[in-house]
Amino acid sequence: MSRHFRVWRGDSSGGEIRDYDVDVNDGEVVLDIIHRIQATQAPDLACRWNCKAGKCGSCSMEINGKPRLGCMTRMSTFEESETVTITPLRAFPVIRDLVTDVSFNYTKARETPAFSPPEGLAPGEYRMQQIDVERSQEFRKCIECFLCQNTCHVVRDHEENKEAFSGPRSFIRAAELDMHPLDARSDRKEYAQANQGLGYCNITKCCSEVCPEHIKITDNAIIPLKERVVDRRYDPLVWLGRKIFRRDQLAEAPPAGVAPDAHLDVGEMLSTQSGGPSPFGDDQTFPLTDITYQHPAPGSPSREG
Amino acid sequence: MKERIERHLYDVVVIGAGGAGLRAAIEARLAGKRTAIISKSLFGKAHTVMAEGGAAAAMGNANSRDNWMVHFRDTMRGGKFLNNYRMAELHAKEAPERIWELETYGALFDRTPDGKISQRNFGGHEYPRLAHVGDRTGLELIRTLQQKIVSLQQEDFAETGNYESRIRVFSETTITELLLDGDRVAAAFGYYRESGELILLEAPAIVLATGGVGRSYKVTSNSWEYTGDGHALALRAGATLINMEFLQFHPTGMVWPPSVKGILVTESVRGDGGVLRNSDQKRFMFDYVPDVFRKQYADTEEEADRWYTDPDNNRRPPELLPRDEVARAINSEVKAGRGTKSGGVFLDVSTRMPAETITRRLPSMYHQFKELADVDITKEPMEVGPTCHYVMGGVEVDPDTAAAAGVVRGLFAAGEVSGGMHGSNRLGGNSLSDLLVFGKRAGEHASAYAESLDKRPKVRTADVEAAAGAALAPLHRESGENPYTLQQDLQAVMGDLVGIIRREGELTDALKRLHELKLRVANVGATGGRRYNPGWHLALDLRNMLVVSECTAKAALEREESRGGHTREDFPTMNPQWRKVNLVCSLDDMGEVHLERKPLPAMRPELLELFEYGELTKYMTDEELS
Amino acid sequence: MTTTVSRPGAKRAAIAARTLRTDRWWLAPLITFAGLSAWVLYATVRVFMHKWYYVPDYHYLTPFYSPCLTDRCIEGSAEFGTPLPSFWLIPEAAFTLPFLLLFRLTCYYYRKAYYRAFWLSPPACAVPDAHAKYTGETRFPLVFQNLHRYAFYAATIISVINTWDAIRSFGTGFGLGNVILSANVVMLWAYTLSCHSCRHIAGGRLKHFSKHPVRYRFWTFVSKLNARHMLLAWVTLGTLALTDFYVMALAAGWWPDLRFIS
Ligand SMILES: Cc1cc2nc3c(=O)[nH]c(=O)nc-3n(C[C@H](O)[C@H](O)[C@H](O)COP(=O)(O)OP(=O)(O)OC[C@H]3O[C@@H](n4cnc5c(N)ncnc54)[C@H](O)[C@@H]3O)c2cc1C
Ligand code: SF4
Ligand code: SF4
Ligand code: FES
Ligand code: FES
Repeated sequence: MSRHFRVWRGDSSGGEIRDYDVDVNDGEVVLDIIHRIQATQAPDLACRWNCKAGKCGSCSMEINGKPRLGCMTRMSTFEESETVTITPLRAFPVIRDLVTDVSFNYTKARETPAFSPPEGLAPGEYRMQQIDVERSQEFRKCIECFLCQNTCHVVRDHEENKEAFSGPRSFIRAAELDMHPLDARSDRKEYAQANQGLGYCNITKCCSEVCPEHIKITDNAIIPLKERVVDRRYDPLVWLGRKIFRRDQLAEAPPAGVAPDAHLDVGEMLSTQSGGPSPFGDDQTFPLTDITYQHPAPGSPSREG
Repeated sequence: MKERIERHLYDVVVIGAGGAGLRAAIEARLAGKRTAIISKSLFGKAHTVMAEGGAAAAMGNANSRDNWMVHFRDTMRGGKFLNNYRMAELHAKEAPERIWELETYGALFDRTPDGKISQRNFGGHEYPRLAHVGDRTGLELIRTLQQKIVSLQQEDFAETGNYESRIRVFSETTITELLLDGDRVAAAFGYYRESGELILLEAPAIVLATGGVGRSYKVTSNSWEYTGDGHALALRAGATLINMEFLQFHPTGMVWPPSVKGILVTESVRGDGGVLRNSDQKRFMFDYVPDVFRKQYADTEEEADRWYTDPDNNRRPPELLPRDEVARAINSEVKAGRGTKSGGVFLDVSTRMPAETITRRLPSMYHQFKELADVDITKEPMEVGPTCHYVMGGVEVDPDTAAAAGVVRGLFAAGEVSGGMHGSNRLGGNSLSDLLVFGKRAGEHASAYAESLDKRPKVRTADVEAAAGAALAPLHRESGENPYTLQQDLQAVMGDLVGIIRREGELTDALKRLHELKLRVANVGATGGRRYNPGWHLALDLRNMLVVSECTAKAALEREESRGGHTREDFPTMNPQWRKVNLVCSLDDMGEVHLERKPLPAMRPELLELFEYGELTKYMTDEELS
Repeated sequence: MTTTVSRPGAKRAAIAARTLRTDRWWLAPLITFAGLSAWVLYATVRVFMHKWYYVPDYHYLTPFYSPCLTDRCIEGSAEFGTPLPSFWLIPEAAFTLPFLLLFRLTCYYYRKAYYRAFWLSPPACAVPDAHAKYTGETRFPLVFQNLHRYAFYAATIISVINTWDAIRSFGTGFGLGNVILSANVVMLWAYTLSCHSCRHIAGGRLKHFSKHPVRYRFWTFVSKLNARHMLLAWVTLGTLALTDFYVMALAAGWWPDLRFIS
């Protein structure tokens, strides 16, 4: 059955939306239609794709104005008579037709400090609990389709912010590393705030809305990062607590995983350990093997942050 | 020649940014070499990203009885003893280290309760052995390596102020030719897909890591990248290919809807408890256990079901036979009229585990079926059938150094593009670990080779001009034949005549047709300009697909037996005489494909001793055993 | 107004239409706009009405006037003294309302809602922002959104006061008003606990869950609530208005309370 499509054709010097009538078969996705246009009407129609199964994140485009993966948008989601309009990602410079220059994302990724392996652990000695890696694993599902980066109004509608703002993809990377159980760096949140432009995000959640991997970018990465920044910078009670209880000295010999300026959360204001109120003591692993309680000497480092 | 050609100088050029290429590049950079990585698609999108199940490494986390010897044995059995034993040995020994190394790069595998890397069952592996992350292990692997490269670039930036001072990624760049200086590689020549500009990368050592050839088939789990470029580049540079008749048809690809036909359904579905049924609802795999495997596989459903919880006292379900067996079984069921309407069989997890377990352990499969086929795998069975998945054959290499055999020096190959490691059939999960083990070796030895030269090889201008002319030719043939039609015709020939089950008559026919196609491909044309023109790109890839297909068809015709990924209807059994033979493919000066028989290296005695005598008699000739 | 259409230098695809979305993307912001405006209007009117906020017979005090702190407070409604003068601009609950307002204003969900529906930044995904310049929450005044944590602490205290109001009303028997007051308090707690700041404090800030099993459980619980934060935000607007309206109706004598036990 033949259906009507409109596809943007052109390059950086200009372009237009062109009309195509294409046959559509049962069970097809938008990317199949593009391929049919290539094979039968426009062999030079440029479009990226690889896996055709939503795994590589190459086929990002805008379908009826919505940023989506071409290979995961089934034709059956449209009315039979509906015209389907396919355009390239808007937030990035266009190369040709549906292909855009996504180097912005790679540049930002390259600026984000990489994983910092813990000292003194040889390969094969890494031990991590499943519940500790799960949060970061969610973010590692990212297929780098850059739909979130494209939809985020901070750069989509304000080109001038590209310098200061790294985008949701970079935030989940920062969150991933900050929550990584063995990452040795502790300044990820400060970095996100100061260098990645975390403050530009007004948590309007468009990134989460378009993510084909259904990563809860805003709820699980951006907001927790903002909260972690608040820990360090804005929480007034914590600030007060530090003044009153002079916890700064404690923070001077920071345990691994806590930055030198580690502020304390309110619940931990009264605790003798910066790790806070775990009822069993923070450096305790379970089940308990050694139950002789040793009071920590003042200023002794504890492990948790 | 007025064409502007961008020129770069490197110590090591790695063609391919999949697992093998990136691992090789990391090693070369760690050896202090200036390294370039070249990829046809964007950085981080290579085929490796699609691997699902896991990476096999005998770490013994899930079952402490596992070790490299067991892994070696499984690999040899899976490959029907045609593997290059030394590669299988190195692979089994070094895989755990390579996986652990990934953790130091930041990888987060699923964990066991004591905090180690969790391992899962897979077809052909005696113990749970696959390190995995849900069913997106390939993504984890490639992302980890990608991020390691970024981290190395950051180190270089800190030192030199330039991210790309020692390692640079040329994404969306295709290499069309390797240029030689005598018998030594001197440069790689290609074009930027984005702009259509030409590029020459001069380097004394080149690593091929370009992956496979699956695009020559219509029903395939492979992407457009898999046009056999590396195989063809190696051939044209004077290297040789082995085992090209062995193609792995993965037993479970999607069969409906038609547009996604071939897309992979990961083997973990079966590893985690999924079963195969025909249209009569019978678990037919019990009827297809070959004699060589009788001892390891259950013959009743009860025993098979017990195995999932008690693997030590029960034999494994036959659904977990090596892929070639399962693919053939499905093929025969469908042929016998017991298939589904769309020509597949049922793969069912919905009746085997609770919905919540399914969505947790197989999230991306759940997602894939939901979105692409509107099937809820927690409620209904999936429909599956064989799909072209992996090529066991590839560049003949030296096992220890990954250097290509043949008459060329300075060329290395690793990953799917290299041959020998997997013999006639690859076990699931052995590829990802293969990429790491031999990727590292290739990078290391390419660096050492580059170091050992006292003079850089030189490129001849005439060669560059010829390469540029060949690359641009299709653009000048405005009225030439449509590349998409040609590709379809090629896929039809390969799918119909050189498919899962092969016959002498069809193979000779295929060779004739490939010859005709060759003439047509020489006249292929591309309309449009040079900027990101997929028609042009395909036109250039066609020639590679063709020469590789010819190797496959020729070798398939020559090998008169059935073994692993090569099944001849007219020679349905394995023949121990053929086990001793490798079919080696090369190109002569006229560009014609030649096939030669070469003896397979004999296994060292201490490795032979790892097997029971009884088992060896099934594979080997009497004089080999005496 | 900015559009993403081919700005000089940027060389994005030249697409004339500001958005190509064909669905009714404007519906959600419109509903949010209408809903929030209506509620704010109602609440403002009620807060400055200075009457019909307390039902002495059953100790029903509307949450909008709790705790009642001005000289105007009628007999029995003031539990914590009356330190404030009766000036019409001073609400009865002058100590709590500002914090409640701050809590909801800086709530991560409400921020999303009003940035989209009122400020149109952006009105919907892939629909252009209505403003030419954008700096997000990096500067004054929006940088103060980071005070949400503070507001959360205050809101917890206020929730305790509201809980006390609900408990106190049981002293004289049991009627529909008790049900409404209690339901409101339960929802308020659910909303407050589902707060992102709460999720963070509960355990989100930890690096190793496995070393803090109790906090991990609490975090898991809060995370589950948190997934419904938006729903709870609307539900509590509803229950607050309903509770207040019911108390107003009783106090004004429009209808009597439905008593189950008296
Ligand atoms: C769906 C699917 C699932 C799989 N699941 C598993 C699994 O669970 N476990 C397992 O072990 N294996 C699995 N495999 C197999 C495994 O993924 C591949 O064999 C492996 O990833 C190949 O890696 P590679 O590094 O050799 O090449 P690839 O990752 O394919 O990379 C090839 C690279 O070469 C580049 N390239 C190619 N030609 C050129 C050229 N002419 N010029 C420049 N660059 C070029 C490409 O752009 C690409 O970057 C799976 C494969 C598929 C398709
Ligand atoms: S939530 Fe933040 S990062 Fe995500 S799209 Fe909105 S502004 Fe951008
Ligand atoms: S976070 Fe989601 S939307 Fe963004 S790049 Fe990754 S997969 Fe794509
Ligand atoms: S083609 Fe890979 S995500 Fe669409
Ligand atoms: S109340 Fe909404 S996030 Fe805190």
